[in-house]
Amino acid sequence: MPIVLRCHPGIGRAVSGTALVAADNFSARYDLDRNRGIFARPSHKLAGHSYVDRILVLDGAKGGVATAWMLHDMKARGIVPRALIFNRVNPIIAQGAAFAGVALVDRFADDVTRLFRTGDNLRVDPAAGTVEILNRAA
Amino acid sequence: MRLTDEENAMLAGELGAPRRWAITHQIAVGEFFDAADFVGVSQAHIMADTESLGEAGVAFLEGLAAAPEPERRVRVPSITDPRGIDFAIYRRLGQSAAMAALERRVIKTLSAFGVLMTDTCINYQTVIAPLRGEHVAYGDTGAVIYANSVLGARSNFEGGPSALAAALTGRTPRYGYQLEACRRATRRFRLVASPRDLCEWGAVGGIVGEACGSYWQVPVIEGLVTVPGSDALKQFGAALASYGSVALFHMPGITAEDVVFAGAPPDPIPIGPPDIAAFLARYAAPGDKLDVVVFAAPQLSLYEMAAVADVVDGRQIHPDTTVIVATSPEIKHAADRMGLTARIEASGAFVAQGICFYQSYAREMAEANGWTRLMTNSAKLVNILGGYGYRPSLGGLEHCIDSAVAGRVL
Repeated sequence: MPIVLRCHPGIGRAVSGTALVAADNFSARYDLDRNRGIFARPSHKLAGHSYVDRILVLDGAKGGVATAWMLHDMKARGIVPRALIFNRVNPIIAQGAAFAGVALVDRFADDVTRLFRTGDNLRVDPAAGTVEILNRAA
Repeated sequence: MRLTDEENAMLAGELGAPRRWAITHQIAVGEFFDAADFVGVSQAHIMADTESLGEAGVAFLEGLAAAPEPERRVRVPSITDPRGIDFAIYRRLGQSAAMAALERRVIKTLSAFGVLMTDTCINYQTVIAPLRGEHVAYGDTGAVIYANSVLGARSNFEGGPSALAAALTGRTPRYGYQLEACRRATRRFRLVASPRDLCEWGAVGGIVGEACGSYWQVPVIEGLVTVPGSDALKQFGAALASYGSVALFHMPGITAEDVVFAGAPPDPIPIGPPDIAAFLARYAAPGDKLDVVVFAAPQLSLYEMAAVADVVDGRQIHPDTTVIVATSPEIKHAADRMGLTARIEASGAFVAQGICFYQSYAREMAEANGWTRLMTNSAKLVNILGGYGYRPSLGGLEHCIDSAVAGRVL
């Protein structure tokens, strides 16, 4: 039976996809190579990983405001995450998700970087405030 | 969210497509953060560098700007954060004609909204500083934290789309640091000794920022025995916002608001010279060939420009090292008039206006110029540039210039 986890109602439409999880923070400017579609910051726990079309599961937001524009441009170029799941975001991530139309949820009862595993198949429903684990990664 | 008649009219499109887009975007963000309603803002500060916008963002702005003039005019004084291109020097920086062309499109578009092209992240030092209690929509983390903390104004981090939306509607959702309840202190630090220069103030901001690690934490910094000054708190706040995503701090007796803790005050965490030294040591690279030295992030005040001029006077930068000094157009004009630009550029350094380096295609500049080792006195800049392929080093103004003259990190 699928596991359904509740969170605060989010932004964007419901999507399904594969999770990429790390206990680390996020900024599109600080962390990504937005030409190659990978995490480029050497100290990031996802350094070298492709974020394209993955459901990113991370702790929180880093500084900077650029993500508010960048998600929109990344989506137009087809190199955007499919959804974002955070413990708690700052306004920039929410603004960027709203502007780009990227699904975003946060504020779960437990740490999302422990609730979800890389490779989990998830369904994110921002309007309902739920994330369903369709298939657990091995 | 509870909407007024006018806000409902905007939402219905009765005031034009730009304001309908703007309030729709703001409602989505406001509901995400459980805002009950909107609050009027007195000014907006819009980050819209072309590296972040990309072609898609520029096309979006052009689409909004195609509306009739009465429908697209901003409702409150609205200004811009640094741009991606300084047209006087972009070729020397290795930026392309395509980047410059995109920049021209954005300038034309923002001007069509009635946005004032100030191109600065130090608007609080060079344009108009907000007053205590003033609700604003600022779009640079350094500007937000300075306005919230030092001046007691009220702003969340308003990224480019949201700051533009606030400019078009004249309001912003009432959540986060627009609310009194969110401004209470949650963390407590005590300075054992005063930082000795702007670089060390940035280091302390980085230390506190890493310890906080969240937009929703509000640190108190105690133990100051002298008033730091505007440039010191600019560097401190910018680093705190960069390393921790923090938007508000309190320094009792110095910043604008009385300290009220959310709950029982925690024991203070001491920060002393060994902590600052350890922070700087993370970026140390003695002996490395030095490709580029940058003074920016935030842009330099007039006093900082004068300090750079004093340190470079009569010296020559090493021919294999590029030195960039970035400031706002207003300060650049003042520096020109006062002879500071000529003194700085006589050394081989050059002064850039209206840009802030990391917002200027930093990755492409590195690739075009073969830059890897960068040195700066800005903790914020070293934090950002790690993801752009640079190996950044952090040092004080004199250390940076001495290294630039030597062509290697000293």
